[in-house]
Amino acid sequence: MILWTAVAVFLALFILVSVMGFMATRWRPSNLDDIHEWALAGRGFGTFTSWFLIGGDIYTAYTFIAVPALVYGAGALGFFALPYTTIVYPIVFVFAPRFWLVAKHRGYITYADFARERFDSRSLAFAVAFTGILATMPYIALQLVGMQVVIAGLGFTGQGLLGDLPVIVAFAILAIYTYRGGLRAPAMVAFVKDALIYITIIGASIVLVSKLGGFAHIFQTASAVLAQRPKPGTIILPPQSFTAYATLSLGSGLALFMYPHAITGVLSAKNTTVIKRNMALIPAYSVLLGLNALFGFMAIAAGVHAASPNAAVPLLFVKMFPQWFVGMSFAAIAIGALVPAAIMSIAAANLFTRSIYKEYIKPACSGPEETRVARYVSLAVKAGALLFVLLLPTQFAIYFQLLAGAWILQTLPTILIGLYTRRLHRRALFVGWLAGMITATWMGIVTGYTPTITLHLGGFSLAGYIGLFALTLNLIVTIVGTFICDGLGVGRGQDATSPTDYLDDTGVASRTVVRKLSVT
Amino acid sequence: MNDPAARRNPRRFAYWLLAIPIVATLWPPLYAHADPEIAGIPFFYWYQFIWVVLSSVVTVTVYLLTREDKT
Repeated sequence: MILWTAVAVFLALFILVSVMGFMATRWRPSNLDDIHEWALAGRGFGTFTSWFLIGGDIYTAYTFIAVPALVYGAGALGFFALPYTTIVYPIVFVFAPRFWLVAKHRGYITYADFARERFDSRSLAFAVAFTGILATMPYIALQLVGMQVVIAGLGFTGQGLLGDLPVIVAFAILAIYTYRGGLRAPAMVAFVKDALIYITIIGASIVLVSKLGGFAHIFQTASAVLAQRPKPGTIILPPQSFTAYATLSLGSGLALFMYPHAITGVLSAKNTTVIKRNMALIPAYSVLLGLNALFGFMAIAAGVHAASPNAAVPLLFVKMFPQWFVGMSFAAIAIGALVPAAIMSIAAANLFTRSIYKEYIKPACSGPEETRVARYVSLAVKAGALLFVLLLPTQFAIYFQLLAGAWILQTLPTILIGLYTRRLHRRALFVGWLAGMITATWMGIVTGYTPTITLHLGGFSLAGYIGLFALTLNLIVTIVGTFICDGLGVGRGQDATSPTDYLDDTGVASRTVVRKLSVT
Repeated sequence: MNDPAARRNPRRFAYWLLAIPIVATLWPPLYAHADPEIAGIPFFYWYQFIWVVLSSVVTVTVYLLTREDKT
């Protein structure tokens, strides 16, 4: 059964954002053939725009589907998304301004650009770019999965090409306006996306809590139902899950801003003050994410029986709300898929263009050609993600994305530690990365694609996030490798960055900037 | 002014405050229990919600303390 009123509201909102996406080229008009303009919107966004853009970038459609699905299926463990998105901002507050400065001074648009110059290493830059692209593809694919889930929730459950048509059309429109407007397009759409997300989640939380008889009743029902499941869950984290919970939170938190799309959002800020302010302001989205996670328990309390946990929240909404609200909230999720998908494809395109095309295929390519290649690659990346979702089982994208978080974490020593010191040797960093990638993949496969593994060392056992275990091994290999490389006298290369590249412009200029900002 | 050491922020110590929300939320034994409840919400949940807000307060504090130029 198709919910026509919901479909009408959904379509109206979708058309609105599409028009906005196309109009984005006229926003702060500039030369969009310059890659800094196309890919980073000229590094010109202020606090307000960055808040919507970065928030819209990292709280994706899939997050809003998968987090409550995990809580619905597993109980308390699924709530790790909240500490994860609590700890990430204090960490980013420290390092992102430093990266923004060196990127601005040296003209970097990706982490791989930094790795290239800092360590004078093409292979390390390739490793960072390759990991970034590899980790981003399934993430884009999952945005499509999020979209499919809500479109199915509207009643479109057709099979084959006809069933996939809505997603294909939506993605084609997105691809065109991202091709034209670059980062400006998702930045523009993010305003609508986030406004809708806030209204939907806050509104739905208030209504659901009162309709379902208050929090006490919701938690009691969830607790009782979870205990009866074939694989019982609890609403309070049991002691045997402590290390899994903490390492998942820490590992995911460290991984988040290693993703290419996350740093693209950060680099589009106009100065470091904008970044720092946003690290205090973006946690507002985490409150939403927490409320959203509780929808998992509310779905249980409302008696929703979802065949797949991902359908729990859509089913809850269809059951509890009038159609116009269903249309609006599903539009929020679908539009919520577009913003990150656009930024992810831009970020992957930048990595390919800078670290693969320009490095290995055509070193002499001109500025406009660089942008043209990035534009085409952004289309190719989206087409690839679309095929991934349409041709392979959904479960495949989910498995892949699970590994992606562990993979991207393996670039941390090069980027995060490299930002502060060159003490680690470039060859050792590469070998450490390789060891981490192999370990993460192997652990993912032996656990049957679950994010945690239990290690047994003698009589002692430790359950934790695979990405963090792999990172530990990565760091050990890197440190030992550094001693070996230095002992053998392997060359370290020249650092193209200078200490002042990491600092604010000194003297009068910086003071003027600060004064101007404190007035606004 | 090109010497990095000379430009060190005198209030760099404030950055250590950022460790507080990280420790408080990454140590589940601190909060993995049901009581005390608030309005039917178990401690496990409201504690973590409160830390989202407190973490933001800490970040603002560090931001204000470490600003190089206060006008």
